[in-house]
Amino acid sequence: MYQTTYHRASSVDDAAAAFAKGTEAKYLAGGQTLLPVMKQRLAAPSDVIDLAKIPALIGIEVGGDAVTIKAATPHYDVATSAGVAKAIPALAALAGMIGDPAVRYRGTIGGSLANNDPAADYPAAVLALNATVTTNKRSIAAEDFFQGLFSTALEDGEIITAVSFPIPAKAGYAKFRHPASRFALTGVFVAQTKSGEVRVAATGASQNGVMRVPAIEQALKANWSAAALDGVTISADGMMADLHGAADYRANLVKVMAQRAVKDAG
Amino acid sequence: MTAISLTVNGKVVSGNVEDRTLLVHFLRDHLNLTGTHVGCDTSQCGACVVHVDGRAVKSCTMLVGQADGASVTTIEGLADGDELHPMQAAFRDNHGLQCGYCTPGMIMSAVDIVQRHGGQLDEATVRHELEGNICRCTGYHNIVKSVLDAAGRMNAAQAAE
Repeated sequence: MYQTTYHRASSVDDAAAAFAKGTEAKYLAGGQTLLPVMKQRLAAPSDVIDLAKIPALIGIEVGGDAVTIKAATPHYDVATSAGVAKAIPALAALAGMIGDPAVRYRGTIGGSLANNDPAADYPAAVLALNATVTTNKRSIAAEDFFQGLFSTALEDGEIITAVSFPIPAKAGYAKFRHPASRFALTGVFVAQTKSGEVRVAATGASQNGVMRVPAIEQALKANWSAAALDGVTISADGMMADLHGAADYRANLVKVMAQRAVKDAG
Repeated sequence: MTAISLTVNGKVVSGNVEDRTLLVHFLRDHLNLTGTHVGCDTSQCGACVVHVDGRAVKSCTMLVGQADGASVTTIEGLADGDELHPMQAAFRDNHGLQCGYCTPGMIMSAVDIVQRHGGQLDEATVRHELEGNICRCTGYHNIVKSVLDAAGRMNAAQAAE
């Protein structure tokens, strides 16, 4: 790892001020991606600004219509929250599938979203549940937030403070895990809102990162069942292809994971 | 350089370290607590697992600055004097190791698993929960046996209190 300067921020404003002073500063939350990348010398921030101990960024609020998870809340806390498990069980289950137990103790929802890894889990839930990402400057709709591989609507220095998930009528998540990295080779989140809208998002599949899957949404809107997807074919165009899986393999996984997610949702 | 102060195995330690110092390097190189191992250095293998404020985390994926003010327990801090922790005793009794390289991390993760699951542990759960710890000798059979044995001992000890 190259030399860097570590700051522990006491508040969101304090963090933003420290960021502005650094020449090439980076925010650090759980560090489960940033630190490995720094160790490989693929990132060399002048300053790392630790957000993990800012009290205003930690906690979960479960209301009647929405679950709000503050940005520095670790995956473990989401996975084991009785409130989340009751309101959106698929979200708690998703958090419990990220990485491994040690990673879930450190990794945070805000860090996952800011990084927007094309195979990360949380982006699928945020997009399918039509969540709102709140920052220290504004609120961003899920649709606008994700902008391709490792790219988001966040401006330089902007800090995610919380993510608010509308509580759906039902939702499910299924993930075909890469056996070594635990990332999603493909993961699909399906949701039916209280007003009957169906939203489906796939991660780990498209070359542009997390995406909606209109063909599956239409089929499930007509008939919410795994069998309704039997006849659906997902195009391999634009799907990722690497040594872990070819494009057509991933396209098929989108359908299969969607079917499992629907069964999971009930 | 940054000044840090944390509690390691019950003792307050402090020092001036480079900001880029990882917790595992602070433990090994500054405190000479070499029981915590560096295996893969890519956050996958779990040989470096220690407890930070009671949670089993990978010390190769944490700056020591992030642990400033925290309470850290390493494999050296688990035994009570000469008396092994039930998890250590169970690993010895069940031959839960081959080369031993992954063992400190396995034990630290396993203690955390038992603390989280209490009496609900079964073999499938242990195997699933150990997904962040890799034994390159592939000696998982006796590791799982050790964890289940220790869970029984830890729960019995707790019930007796």
